[in-house]
Parts: sequence; C-alpha cells; structure tokens
Amino acid sequence: MTVQQPDAPALSIAGLHKSFDKPAVCGLDLSVAGGEFYALLGPNGAGKTTTLRMVAGLLPPDSGSISIYGIDALFNAVEAKRVVAWVSDEPMIYDKLSPYEYLEFVAGLWSVDPRIAEARSAELLELLGLAPHAHERCGGFSKGMRQKVALAGALVHEPRLIILDEPLTGLDAGSARQVKSVLQERVAGGVTVIMTTHILEVAERMARRIGVIDRGRLIAEGTLEELRTRSGRDGSNLEEIFLDLVAEGGQEAGEAAA
Amino acid sequence: MSSASLAWFARHEIGLFWRDWTALVLRGKPRRKIFVGLALAGFLIGMHVVAWFTVTDTVNLAETDPRAVFIFVSGCALVSLSLMVSQSLEMVTRAFYARADLDLILTSPAPSARIFIVRFCAVALMSVVMSAALVAPFFNVMAVLESPVWLLGYFALLSMSAIATAIALIVAVVLFRTVGPRRTRFIAQIIAAVIGAGFAIAMQLVAIVYFGNLSRLSVLTSPELTVSLPGPASPIWIPARAMLGDALAVLAFCVAGFGILGLSIWAYSSRFAALALSTVGVSEHNTVNARRPARFRAGTVRRTLRRKELVLLARDPWLLSQTLMQMLYLLVPAFLLWRNYGSDIGAVIVVVPVVVMASGQLAGGLAWLTLCGEDAPDLVETAPMSSNVALQAKIEAVLIAVGLAVAPIVLFLGLVDLHAALITAICLVLSASAATAMQVWFRAQAKRSHFRHRHASSKIATLAEAFSSISWAGTAALAALGNGLAAVSALMAVGVLVFVWTIRPREA
Repeated sequence: MTVQQPDAPALSIAGLHKSFDKPAVCGLDLSVAGGEFYALLGPNGAGKTTTLRMVAGLLPPDSGSISIYGIDALFNAVEAKRVVAWVSDEPMIYDKLSPYEYLEFVAGLWSVDPRIAEARSAELLELLGLAPHAHERCGGFSKGMRQKVALAGALVHEPRLIILDEPLTGLDAGSARQVKSVLQERVAGGVTVIMTTHILEVAERMARRIGVIDRGRLIAEGTLEELRTRSGRDGSNLEEIFLDLVAEGGQEAGEAAA
Repeated sequence: MSSASLAWFARHEIGLFWRDWTALVLRGKPRRKIFVGLALAGFLIGMHVVAWFTVTDTVNLAETDPRAVFIFVSGCALVSLSLMVSQSLEMVTRAFYARADLDLILTSPAPSARIFIVRFCAVALMSVVMSAALVAPFFNVMAVLESPVWLLGYFALLSMSAIATAIALIVAVVLFRTVGPRRTRFIAQIIAAVIGAGFAIAMQLVAIVYFGNLSRLSVLTSPELTVSLPGPASPIWIPARAMLGDALAVLAFCVAGFGILGLSIWAYSSRFAALALSTVGVSEHNTVNARRPARFRAGTVRRTLRRKELVLLARDPWLLSQTLMQMLYLLVPAFLLWRNYGSDIGAVIVVVPVVVMASGQLAGGLAWLTLCGEDAPDLVETAPMSSNVALQAKIEAVLIAVGLAVAPIVLFLGLVDLHAALITAICLVLSASAATAMQVWFRAQAKRSHFRHRHASSKIATLAEAFSSISWAGTAALAALGNGLAAVSALMAVGVLVFVWTIRPREA
C-alpha cells in the first residue's frame, strides 16, 4: 500500500495528453494544494471534463502523470481512488435504490465501517434535506434531489479530494445553496474541492484559485485578483476576465495555426 | 394534406418509424442495406420452401372432415391471436407511457386523439407484419397450389390483428382505471407475458392430461374434440373459414375485427390524452421501500456489489415479467414430471433440456442487465477496487439468481431421478456460465431500461447464446438417456463458446 504524503499537493498533473478524434488535452500541467477550493473554467469542449475524468480514473491518459496526495494515480489507481470522490453533472444513481440503500452501497464500496457510515449517512441526509425521503426509491426524484443523493454518496466515505463536474447544473436556488454550503464546510475542514462550472459567479465567490482551460491547455491560473492583474482589467468581474482570456487564447491559437 | 389530420400524423409516424428502423438495422452503415435485403429475401424464400413441403406432404383438405380442419385452423389462429394480444398490449401501454414527442403534441392545439389513433393502427399493423412473416408463405403456397382465394387470408390476418389491438386497448384502459397509472405498465407486462404463453401452454397441459404427451396437435386433432363441437355451418367457424379463404367469411370477419377496433377507439378516444398525461412522473414517485434495513450491513466489496445487483434484479419489473414467461414454459415439463412421478423416465427426459435451456437464456438476460445495464458506471469505476472484483461480483449475482430460479425444479427432479438431476445441475451451470461469458465478452455500456433491445447490440452474440443453450440442453438430454452422442453435443457447445471468444471485441 502506498502511503499518502501529507505535504504533497492534493493533485499534481504533469504533461497530460489525451486525444480522441482530435487532441482534447494537450500537455496539461496543474497543481492544486490540499484544502483548496479550485474552479476549473473553460468554454464547451475545452477539455475540462476529459481532464477530470482522467484524474478520477475513468479515462486513461495517452501520456503524462497524475499524482493525488503523492500517490501515482496511474500506477496505483486503487490507492488513489480511496481518497477521491467523483460527482458528474448527470447524477449516476440507482432508480431502484433509496438514498439510504445507495449510501450503504457506496460505503460498502469504500469499505467504510458500517456503524460509522450509517452515522455519517444520517448526518448527510439531514444536511442535504433528504432525510424525509431516505427510504423512497430515487426513480421519482427531481434532478436536484438526485444530484444531492450523488453528492451524499461522494461524501459518505470522507474523501480528501472531491472532483465535481458541473454539479450545480439544473439545480434550483435552494438545492444549489445546500450543495455549495456542504462543499464550503468540507473545504473548511481541510478537504480539497476541484469543480468545473459554467456559472462564473459561483467560481468567483467560492474558489480560492481559478484555472482557465482552453483547447486542452491551461491558459491562465490564479486567484481572482491575479487573473484581473493578468488581464489588465482591474475591478472587472470573472465573466469579463474569462471572456477576455478565452478570446486571447483563441487569437494566439489562430496565429500559431497561421 | 391538411396539417394535424389523421393522414398528416400517419405520415409523421411512418417517417419516424422508418428512420428508427433503418438506424437500428443499418447502424450507420448504408452498405448493410444489401446484406439486410438478402437476409430478408433468404428468410422469405426459406419460409416458402418450408410451407411448400409442409403443405404438399401433409395437407389434403378434400379428404379431411371439414370440422377437423376448422378446429386445427382455429387452434392455430387462437395461438397467433394470443401472441398478437401479448405484443399489442405491450405496444399500446408503451404508447401511453412513452414521452418522446408526446409532450410537444399534447401541448399543441392539434387534436391529440389523432396521434393515438394513428399509433394504435400502427400497433395493429406491426403485429400483423410479425405474424405474416410466418403465416403468409402458407397462404402464398396454397394460392399457387389450389386457388388465389387463399390470398384473402391476408385480410383475415389483418382483422385478427385489429381484434388483438382492440383487446389490448380495452385491457390497458381498464388497468388505468382499476390499478392506476403507477402500476398499469408493470401489470400489463405480466398480463402480456401470461397471455403470450398462456394459450399454447394450456393446450400442452390438456395434451398431458388427456394424451400423456406434450403435443398441442394431439388436442387439435383429437376425434373427441371434433365430435363435441358444432357442425361446419356454425358461425363459430367464421374465423377459420376466413383463414381458409372463404370470401364471405373474410368479409364478415373483417367487419367484425375492424368494427371492434373502431368501436373501442371511438369509445376511449376522448380519454387518450388524459391517460397519457396521468403517466407523467409516476414511474417511481413515492415508491417507499416496504422493508427498511435496520442497520447498514457489513461485508466485503464483492458482497456489497452482489447484494446491490440482487436487489436491483428483484426490483426490475420488466425482468420479472420475462422471468415469469420462462417460468411458465417450465410449468409444462414440471407438470408432466409430477403427473408421471415414479412411473416414467420419459417425463424426466423432457424436463432436463428445458431446464438447461431456460438457465442459459435466463443467465444471458441477467448478465446483460448486470454487466451492461449498470446505471452508475462512474461510481463503480471510481471505487477503490480492481475492475475484476466488480466483474466477479456481477457474475456471481447472475449465477446466484439463476440458481435460485431453477433450484426447486432440480431438487424435485432429484427426488424422481438423482442421475438426471445431477446431469441437469452440471449442464445448467455450464449453460448459464457460457451465456454469461458471452455477455462478458460482448459487454457494452447501455441503459438498463434498454433491456428489450439488448439483442440489437450484437446479433452474433445473441445467436451464439441461443445455440450454446440449445447445445447444452441437447447434451443434458442425451447424457440423461446414456447416449454417447452427448459428447458430440457438448463439443458443439464448447465450439460455439470458442468461436464467440475468437470474434469478441478486443476492447471488452
């Protein structure tokens, strides 16, 4: 068993490449410190989801390295997966299981002691407003409820790194608030959160650092202030900075191609 | 053509159906058109050859008692009708539950009843096409050999299909009213399964009781039945006469068939939209588990996965109805076994291959559900375990479920004939394992709800699965009889498995 390195970054990516019909991720380097809330932004098809799926172990990279808390995620995938949770934009839960049964199943997959898992589940179901529906089957749940069940599943094994791909898509204001509040609590407790989102206000308010990815490359990274400085737009919001950066990136790519 | 008229909706539906069908058959490869055309032509030619030999070898209508002919034709028609009702009930129910473009149509100012009328007529056409593929060659051959009036049988078939659709529509509406939209689909699936197998099985049970064999023909050709029924002039023979090409009977039968369908559509058309709307969001809403686990249960990752798979299988209504169908077919040999308990080895020989065959088919279906129909593949893949653990757990769940389904009949068989029971047990394990292995090799991620289309994903795997189950069933029957040819049959089964392994997709 590989021992996690306490002082190692939560996520360290170097020279990551992945191509499908065309390159999706091109030599990506990225480092996220432990206990950080990191937002990964980018236009559609920029390579965000592909990058995160490679980190979660759902997609093998063509080349490059991925290290999670010092564990080589490509050579020791099982150990890396112990500390990671993945939540996709389309909540993947079982229609025929209740939230209670789903959490029992997820806890079993991560080999969490049943008594501890049960206590955590009760707490999470309460926190996310799912307690009254704990024994109802998920098949009739709304998108928001399904997403909250998936999030509870991601948290029940107390991961050190939570990866979320567009977790707020389709959620109503109340559900989105519950999800954001749970994530912020986790970050305050030392958990690392990496999230992609198209809702730039959320990234602006919640993330300590923001990475902008375009055409499979990280084109800018830093705190909101650092990004403002880089784009030369003092006092502007993230939306304006993001659009500038992507336009600039597109221009550079066009020139390089020419 | 005015917009939103019946003809306009029909054109819309035909267009959609044609695109779906060509997409399913051609799978994005236009060159497959030639292959599909040749395969269809081959099938039709083959069926005509079979019909030709059957008709020329066995049928001599002129010298047969007309009542015996009518009984035989009526029996066959009733078996076909039960299958048509089963298919129609499934399709009619689906028409109410399918959303697709229904939300758009129901929110438009177009008269919504028209789309349902078109869809129910399409149901009637679909079931007639399926039956015609098997029956039409006989009409054609008889038209060549005897008289072109036999071609009128097509109209009789169409009328029978209209009756089947009307019955299905009435059953569906009654179910909506009595059990509500939440349970209608599930109960309709079970009724469809029971009706589909029911009549044929009932005839077999009668054959066992009165003639001591499994042949449905024994019932239809028995002199006792012939003399007990009304004479040839009775109106109860109108459907049989229509099938045999009697123009007046065809006319009467068509009036009756299309009349019943027209009346049922007219009676319920004002409620179609309301029924479809009542199905929105009822699939699982407020389904509360009756049994709540007291505590989280401990166990290994494999055990956790196995438990989840078994719970999901037990809660799958489509699977339950399909399993029920297979169990219904097992009922016949089980009844034969019970009736001949302690007296006849023949009954045992009937049971052995049926159980082995059913195990293979059941395992194939269950394996598809657990391996391909994983609803949360990301969750399972991101869990800290090797992919082999998940695969092993899923395979174990399949074999446990098959074991639970067939164990009672094998145990009962053991009381009658221990040797046959042992052979059955070994062969059913091999048959189920082979079917599961094929699903493992050809697995591709799909939605659990696509179970009914699983055969479309790999025709070769489906055919091989059927051949494998048949070969193991043959092996079991021959081995139970002590026949050395069992080894040949076993070799064939292994050969099928090796062949499938060699052609498996490499990425699986």
